[in-house]
Order: sequence, then structure tokens, then C-alpha cells
Amino acid sequence: MTAPVTPTRPLVREVAEALAPVRDGATLMVGGFGLVGAPLTLIEGLLRYTSVAGLTVISNNLGEPGRGLGRLLLEGRVRKAVGSYFTSNPDVVAAYQAGTLEIDLLAQGTLSEAIRAGGAGIGGFYTRTGWGTALGEGREERVIRGEPHIYHESLRADVALVRARKADELGNLVYAKTARNFNPDMATAADLVIAEVDEVVPVGALDPEEIVTPHLFVDTLVLSGATR
Amino acid sequence: MSDVQQRIAARVVPHIPHGAVVNLGIGIPTLVADHLPEHAAHLQTENGLLGVGPTPGPGEVDPDLVHAGKQPVTARPGASYFASSASFGMIRGGHVEVAVLGALQIDARGRIANWAIPGKPVLGVGGAMDLLVGARTVVIATTHTAKDGSAKIVEECTFPLTARRPVDVVVTEAATFRVDDGGLELVDLAEGVTLEWVREHTAAPFRVAAELGAPV
Repeated sequence: MTAPVTPTRPLVREVAEALAPVRDGATLMVGGFGLVGAPLTLIEGLLRYTSVAGLTVISNNLGEPGRGLGRLLLEGRVRKAVGSYFTSNPDVVAAYQAGTLEIDLLAQGTLSEAIRAGGAGIGGFYTRTGWGTALGEGREERVIRGEPHIYHESLRADVALVRARKADELGNLVYAKTARNFNPDMATAADLVIAEVDEVVPVGALDPEEIVTPHLFVDTLVLSGATR
Repeated sequence: MSDVQQRIAARVVPHIPHGAVVNLGIGIPTLVADHLPEHAAHLQTENGLLGVGPTPGPGEVDPDLVHAGKQPVTARPGASYFASSASFGMIRGGHVEVAVLGALQIDARGRIANWAIPGKPVLGVGGAMDLLVGARTVVIATTHTAKDGSAKIVEECTFPLTARRPVDVVVTEAATFRVDDGGLELVDLAEGVTLEWVREHTAAPFRVAAELGAPV
């Protein structure tokens, strides 16, 4: 019989307390594919409990018009967006054309790999994706196994806001279906990782085989208040 | 979706080998799923699911279960979920056998443009470039002409290319072309479509397959 494991410190925080370390001008990774798998309680919390602005947001999209990261944009908190698909939110196009939003567009596979690499201690990588296109212009090229590749630096952030279905008290995370998307990669690639979950269960209640994000990546948990 | 789009989707089906792992792009390619015989293919969607099933009925929608077009789907028995980086590892790594994609333009060598329009801000690329370099076979599903009636199959793309790699097959409501080192070869005409019609509405040179019985 082994003794029950208890965390050395409780990870669960109120939203305001969890977000207190986010500073003006910070770089945030925010999970989600559109609104699916987006940490909506944490995004809402940034608006409600903080005044942080000038943010660089690394996320596949900037939410939808007036929803999720789309609201953060409308409230003037975002200075720069790094992602792969912004055309589905007309507010992003308008902000870009007005010159109030800088955009760094990456192929979706390059974005996800740059995050993965950033979390894995890799400085950069070569990919065939984008070579010979407008997105490859000005990038270092290298021929590998006879095929031209272009270089991309990996990505890291000050803070990652991720969405999972369930955590245990140590911070182990399991996800929900396609709401997983960028979340597990982002959970590895930031100095501070805050996970929004529906439920926190005791240590031992999760099957080790089902844990996608091991607890060493996770600093803080908040309970989702979003209606799902 | 219009009747023409459904017909194009149905014409893609013979180009999908039984049991293949297939990624369907947004738009007409998505419709291909409705025309595939059940269990004919394993559909992969780049937001992290292998084993996409049919659209759920009303009341059965799960907000955590969508395809890359963000529409609700189901998961088939044998399905798996994975992170974005793993999904694109599958795609770039050559583990997806067929990608079916849309196109704005196709050039005489079979290279496509499908992500940006000159004069408009370029703010979306998604997974198109990765699928185009990584899928073992790329099938284009598109209307033969643009909305204004102009040719989509052109000598040189005036829109920015999505990749340097040529696609393998181009399927429209009127015709099917195969692509090889010599460029485009017309291999099929839809019922009721003449070679003359295809010539009139195609702005790139193409060969005509011998089996079509037409003079080259």
C-alpha cells in the first residue's frame, strides 16, 4: 500500500490570481482552433481582471468576431498576432488594414512545429512547407536529401493559456476530442503555463495511459466558468 | 452546396484508393465525404482527428468535435485524437495518402494557387501548404471556371503559388486531368461535355489521352 500523493502546493487558483503575473507587452500562447479548445474563461479573465495590453498572441486564429481572442482584439489589448488563419475573423482584417495589428503568418504545420520545438529545447528547424512561396521569401534555405527546405526559429512565450477537460491535483491534463489541438504543444513552450479545466480530480484518479500533458509542464489550474 | 459542387465531389471518388488515409480540404473537398462508400477511407482532419465520421444529427452535436472547417463531425470506431504538431507530422511526413484540395488557379505544370489573392491582405494559409508538400497524392476538386466565367486552369498562375510541387489530378465538373512531367493530360470528360467546351474554357495547353479517342 503506497501513501496517497498530495501536491507540494495547491495548483488551483482563482482566475484573477492566476492571471496576475501577465505583464504589458507579454507574449502569450493561447490554445484553440477557432473557439474549439480555447480557454475562454482565461481570455475573459484577462479583460475583466487585468489591464494588460500590447500583447503578442501566438494562436492559430484570433477567435471569432467579438468572441474569445476576438474580444481581446476589439478591446485593444493585442499588438501582434502570430498564427495561420486570420481571414475567418473580419475584425482581424480590419485591424491589420488600419495598421493597429501586426501579423506574422505561418503555415499551420510550421506554427505547430515551431511551438513543439520551442517546448522541446530546439532552436529551429527546416521544413519543405512554404519553400518557393511568398511565405518562404527571405528565409534561409537548405537542400536536405535533395529537397529544398526553409528555416524557421522555434517559438516560446512568457505565458501559455491552455484548455483541457480535466486535471488531477498535480496538474496532469487530459483533453476533449478535437479541443486538444494546439493545447498540449503550447503547454510545453511557455515560462508560465495556466490550464483551464472543467474538473480537478484527486491524484491517482487519472489512468497514467490517458494523460496527454504530464504535470511537470503545468504551473496553475483554473476552473472553467464558461458555458459549454 | 450547389448541384455542380456535389457533382465535382462525386467525380473525385474514383481517385481515392480503398482504405486510404485521406485529408479533405474546406469547400468542395469536404463534400467528397458524402459520396464515399461507408468505410472506404480513413478521413484525417488536421485539427487532430483520424477517423472522421458522418455529420451528427440535430441534438447530437458535440462542441468539442469538429473538422478543420469548424463544422461538427462524429468520430468513427477506431478513431484517434492527437495534437496539432502530431497531425502535421503525419501530413508533412508523408503518412497521409491523399489530400483533396480546392484551388483558385492551376497552371500548365499542375501547380496551384489557393491561399492568397493579389491586392488583398494575405492573412490566412491554414494547412494548405503542408498538405501540398506532404500528401503522397494531391487531388484538386474545383469548378472548371471562376464565378466570372474566366478559366481557372491557366498557362501561369497570376495568384501566388501555394507550393512548387505540382498536384497529381485535377477534377472539375466537366473534365479530369492527370499531371505528369509533360504537364496536363485530359483523361476524362463528364457526360455531355465536349472536348471543344473544355478547350474553350481551359487557358493552359493540355494533351488528350488516347482512350478519349480524340485527335491530340
